Amino acid sequence: MKPPPFTYHRARDVAGATDLVAELGEDAKFLAGGQSLIPMMNFRLARPEHLIDIGRLGELSFVDVGPESLRVGSLSTHRAVETADLGAGFEVVRDTMRWIGHLPIRTKGTVGGSLAHADATAEWCLLAVLLDADIVVAGAGGRRRTIAASEAFLGFYTTVLEEDELIVEVAFGRPAPHAAVTEFAERKGDFALVSAAVDLDVSSGTVSGGRVALGGVGPAVVRVPEAERVLHAGGRAGTDLFETCAQAAAQAVEPPGDDDAGTGYRKALVRNLVVRACEEAVAR
Amino acid sequence: MTEPDKVLLTLKVNDAVHEVAVEARRTLADTLRHDLELTGTHVACEHGVCGACTVLVDGDPARSCLMFAAQAEGSEIRTVESLAGDDGSLSDLQTAFSANHGLQCGFCTPGFLMLAEGFLAERPDADREEIREVVSSNLCRCTGYQTIVDSIQDCAERRRNAKEASA
Amino acid sequence: MTFGTATGDGERGAGFRVDGTWVGAPVTRKEDPRLLTGGARFVDDIHLPRMLHAAFVRSTVASGHVTSVDLSRVLEVPGVVAAFTAEDLDLGDITPRLDRPPEEYTETSMPILARDRVRFVGEPVAVVLAEDPYAAEDGIEAADVTYDVTPPVLSEEQALAPEANAVHEQAPGNVLLDVSMFASDGIDDVFAEAPCVVQVHTRTGRQNALPLETRGVVAGWDSRAEQLLVQTCTQVPHQVRTVLAGSLGMAESTVRVLVPDMGGGFGIKCVVGREEIAVAAASIRVRRPVKWIEDRKDALSASFLAREQRYDARAAFDETGRILGLDVDVLCDMGAYSCYPFTVGIEPLMASSEMPGVYRVPAYRVRGRAIATNKAPTAPYRGVSRPQHVMVMERLVERAARELGLDPLEVRRRNLITVFPYTGVNNVTYDPGSYLESLNLCERVIADEGWYETRRAAADQGRVLGIGYSCFNERTGYGSDAFAKRKMQAVPGFDISEIRMDTAGAVVVTTGTMSHGQSHETTMAQIVADKLGLPLDKVKIQQGDTDRVAYGWGSFASRSITIGGTAVALAAGNLGGKLLDLGAHLLETPRDNVELGDEGVRQRDDPARGLSYRDIADVAYLKSHLLPKETEPGLQASASFDGVGDGTFSNASHGVVVELHRDTGRVEILRYVCVEDCGVAINPQVVDGQARGGIAQGIAGALFEKVTYDENGEPSAASFLDYKVPTACEIPDVGMHHIETPCLFTDNGAKGAGEGGTIGAPAAVLNAVNDALRPTGVELNDTPITPQQVFDALTGALEVAP
Repeated sequence: MKPPPFTYHRARDVAGATDLVAELGEDAKFLAGGQSLIPMMNFRLARPEHLIDIGRLGELSFVDVGPESLRVGSLSTHRAVETADLGAGFEVVRDTMRWIGHLPIRTKGTVGGSLAHADATAEWCLLAVLLDADIVVAGAGGRRRTIAASEAFLGFYTTVLEEDELIVEVAFGRPAPHAAVTEFAERKGDFALVSAAVDLDVSSGTVSGGRVALGGVGPAVVRVPEAERVLHAGGRAGTDLFETCAQAAAQAVEPPGDDDAGTGYRKALVRNLVVRACEEAVAR
Repeated sequence: MTEPDKVLLTLKVNDAVHEVAVEARRTLADTLRHDLELTGTHVACEHGVCGACTVLVDGDPARSCLMFAAQAEGSEIRTVESLAGDDGSLSDLQTAFSANHGLQCGFCTPGFLMLAEGFLAERPDADREEIREVVSSNLCRCTGYQTIVDSIQDCAERRRNAKEASA
Repeated sequence: MTFGTATGDGERGAGFRVDGTWVGAPVTRKEDPRLLTGGARFVDDIHLPRMLHAAFVRSTVASGHVTSVDLSRVLEVPGVVAAFTAEDLDLGDITPRLDRPPEEYTETSMPILARDRVRFVGEPVAVVLAEDPYAAEDGIEAADVTYDVTPPVLSEEQALAPEANAVHEQAPGNVLLDVSMFASDGIDDVFAEAPCVVQVHTRTGRQNALPLETRGVVAGWDSRAEQLLVQTCTQVPHQVRTVLAGSLGMAESTVRVLVPDMGGGFGIKCVVGREEIAVAAASIRVRRPVKWIEDRKDALSASFLAREQRYDARAAFDETGRILGLDVDVLCDMGAYSCYPFTVGIEPLMASSEMPGVYRVPAYRVRGRAIATNKAPTAPYRGVSRPQHVMVMERLVERAARELGLDPLEVRRRNLITVFPYTGVNNVTYDPGSYLESLNLCERVIADEGWYETRRAAADQGRVLGIGYSCFNERTGYGSDAFAKRKMQAVPGFDISEIRMDTAGAVVVTTGTMSHGQSHETTMAQIVADKLGLPLDKVKIQQGDTDRVAYGWGSFASRSITIGGTAVALAAGNLGGKLLDLGAHLLETPRDNVELGDEGVRQRDDPARGLSYRDIADVAYLKSHLLPKETEPGLQASASFDGVGDGTFSNASHGVVVELHRDTGRVEILRYVCVEDCGVAINPQVVDGQARGGIAQGIAGALFEKVTYDENGEPSAASFLDYKVPTACEIPDVGMHHIETPCLFTDNGAKGAGEGGTIGAPAAVLNAVNDALRPTGVELNDTPITPQQVFDALTGALEVAP
């Protein structure tokens, strides 16, 4: 299980990295933490001819906490976010990090790498979609654009990013004090079978709206409008509302099943994990 | 097919500086083991799950099978060979593993040692459940993990006691 | 005198003796310092000058004829030095043999590299040698192999279908072993007349023993020694030498197998593989040393596997829960090839012979079959069949208890063997054990810890807890008579030990067993140190070298401490005799007036008078003119030992508390208690470690691990993402308790301790899960249990068995 050969390039700055990728074309890939790419290369399931190592781009490694926003540089590791003080309202981002693999993966894996890889159970994708984050990308020739998370993930390991585009930061626009992420996997640290994330608008024990996102139910992380409509209809923050919301979420999705975990079971997991996430969110 | 590219790297491992010329695709694990002859770091899955290859990169536990050696340039790498004293005396962590029978065949052990070394440096007050969660990062097929958790907890407690005693 | 290696402040595990003996003391291990510091030497740590690296071109189809192998492009890959096919190397096959009639056993052979046929995805077809493993892997990608694909045989149903393709031409029905044994007279009447007959139908998942260190070898001709030096991680070095020499057509004397430190084995390394032979042959062809390290993908898909079995079992009981009869059909999916030396009989013969276990079973009938399928072949794996058939037996007992409205522990008590020696209906004689005592203690511990109250309280809160037990024995210390009953053509059993004392009074002792994590360097040293009154650091155990060890059968079947440990004890005793002879002579006192003491011989009537071993060795080696005329110079001795009768049976009871999570179906183990009896524990810390590690593997089989294939026979769990080895968060702490029923024929009363943990765990976990599911009426019998099955059971989505 040795990776296939490639040419190694080390980027000095973002512009250099994106220009080089543009020049090299589709056989070139960015290398950040490598925690998803390198295993695929070791299995020879990915064989980029060029790797552009962006690991030294210190300007992409930051966690910027503002009064009403949170900006995370794409090269920040999961561990850096896990141990950062993210300020009031963004605890959900910090607390979600513990679901990502294990400690030695979190010390190397990066926010941008995770978003760009776009696994259907990736926690960063789930957070970005849940909280309507903005994903800022840089392209060749100094181009920059901001992509709404809701439009970023197209399907199975696929994003709207152009080949020359590099994620530089993810920005969360407003605090989410009553948000929670929960998952189920057979083993600690595994990719989730199903993951559920909710962000509730709640005051004085009454829910007036909220957001629901799911991972592991299709080719990409999704928001579930059907479940959100239940939250917008409002009600007392409690089991009845949460179960109605969760039921709506379960009905809205059709996760692909396999021998060990069929569609029906996965839908049931959706229901139960959404309830659990709601309970954790409201308790926050 | 053309000859794969080689890169010339300067690696700082266990406080020593090494120059190696390796293929760009060579993993840090293979470079440590076969170019620097530091064979204490073991390779057992090459896809980042088992943790036998765990080393410290700038103090953080990391999978050396999921890093190209080229990515390690500029970082401080520590391997299991750095733990014992110059005279070969075992460190407190190594001693705790032996005293608690935290190893049997010993193949996964260097990975667990470096995992624990990095973790305890950051979280010296970790309790048993936290330790267990971190131990779940790596696979062991011999011990059933209990004595690995015991070993790390034992070491942490001794360090805390020693710190209190000296305070 | 020193007492081993003191560690820390000596609170735990430090080197000390208990009651003046090393045996029984939890001394720290002699192996540890090198393993903890990176100073150990595993196969992949070996580097030889001019060494090449091998990778194997492997079959991409499960079943077919090889129509062409074109390696020309391989040789163009940078770094590739050579590539060989079966035709190039022309090696003899591996042919394991059983002395059974053709209607019972069909002999098949495993070629070193596939020739005309391929029988599983991953079967080696060609070997590529390159300057480094990266280039070798580039090389195998350039190979062009074409196949005429035939439909694969992947299940019992497909294998036994009337028109099934034959995996081996010799076995048109794909049955390689078919034995019917013990059919007690009148057993059909027993079942016809019994007031209670229960059935259990079980399928158990295919598993990988999964040592963290994969298989590997470094082979090369040593022209100075005029030998092929084969350094490989094997549990059976002498058997590797025999098969390898035979396949290459070399004299055994020209092959030396040397085993470095080993990163686990658990059975997968106690058979002779084909890759190490191909690598050895290739190294001779290119006249350079060659290394092969199996990668994890191959280890998961193309190595030796185990455990895929199907049982149809029924048991007859009287109204009081006494077993009247047992009738079992066991079918083992052995994959594509028979393993050496154990053959495809390994699993079905074990199950057939051992099934009644700890219970008095008056009437017994069993049919055991091994079938061939187009999957990677199988080998012994820790416990061999017993994790499965103990599970079946324990499920039968639980089912009967339900049918009869009795306490399942009470049903066990009524059937446990309590008078020893006991000769069972399976023609096996059991030596004394603590079957009843261990079960009672196990139940008491669970009760004293309050788990029955916890279960009740949890139920009131809507939580789902269950408590389950298993009770079993494990035959260890098989001697050659016991193995001969299997009718293997190569009959393991005995062990030989040689010991010599050097001029400084330290000893080197050989053992034919082969530690791969079990601490033999420490435990066998403890045995020898006691025999001779030596400190541990003056005893060195030598193993794993066919040039230095006279002969050995290696380590498997929990034989090491019983057979090998007794052999080293006897050899040490013989050396002790020589030391006494010489001591008495030199002290000029009668032989019966001397005894062995602290590193010397002393006079009984005047303990102040004595000679140190160093003094005696000084005469034996450096002043041999002072020896009596008939005494040979030097201080060496040897001994052999063979298991007695049917071997010795360790036993244990396991108690497990589980919680089933209603929202996910997760099975969480809240408590695990093990009461084990392996006779005298040489090193209690090591015994606990063996039990705990074994239990983890048993839990893995019960709840997590399964080797799977798609409909084409392509392995679909070839990474650690899909083959789910449990972590520290899934494996619970295990409360260990001990009962000691010494073995009557081993030198120090020890019984084997290597496999019991694995054997008892699946049954106990399954029983606990089914106890928790009791209100639903669902009983789960197949392993691994998945969260979905539990979830479906809890939500009423699973049909309740009639």
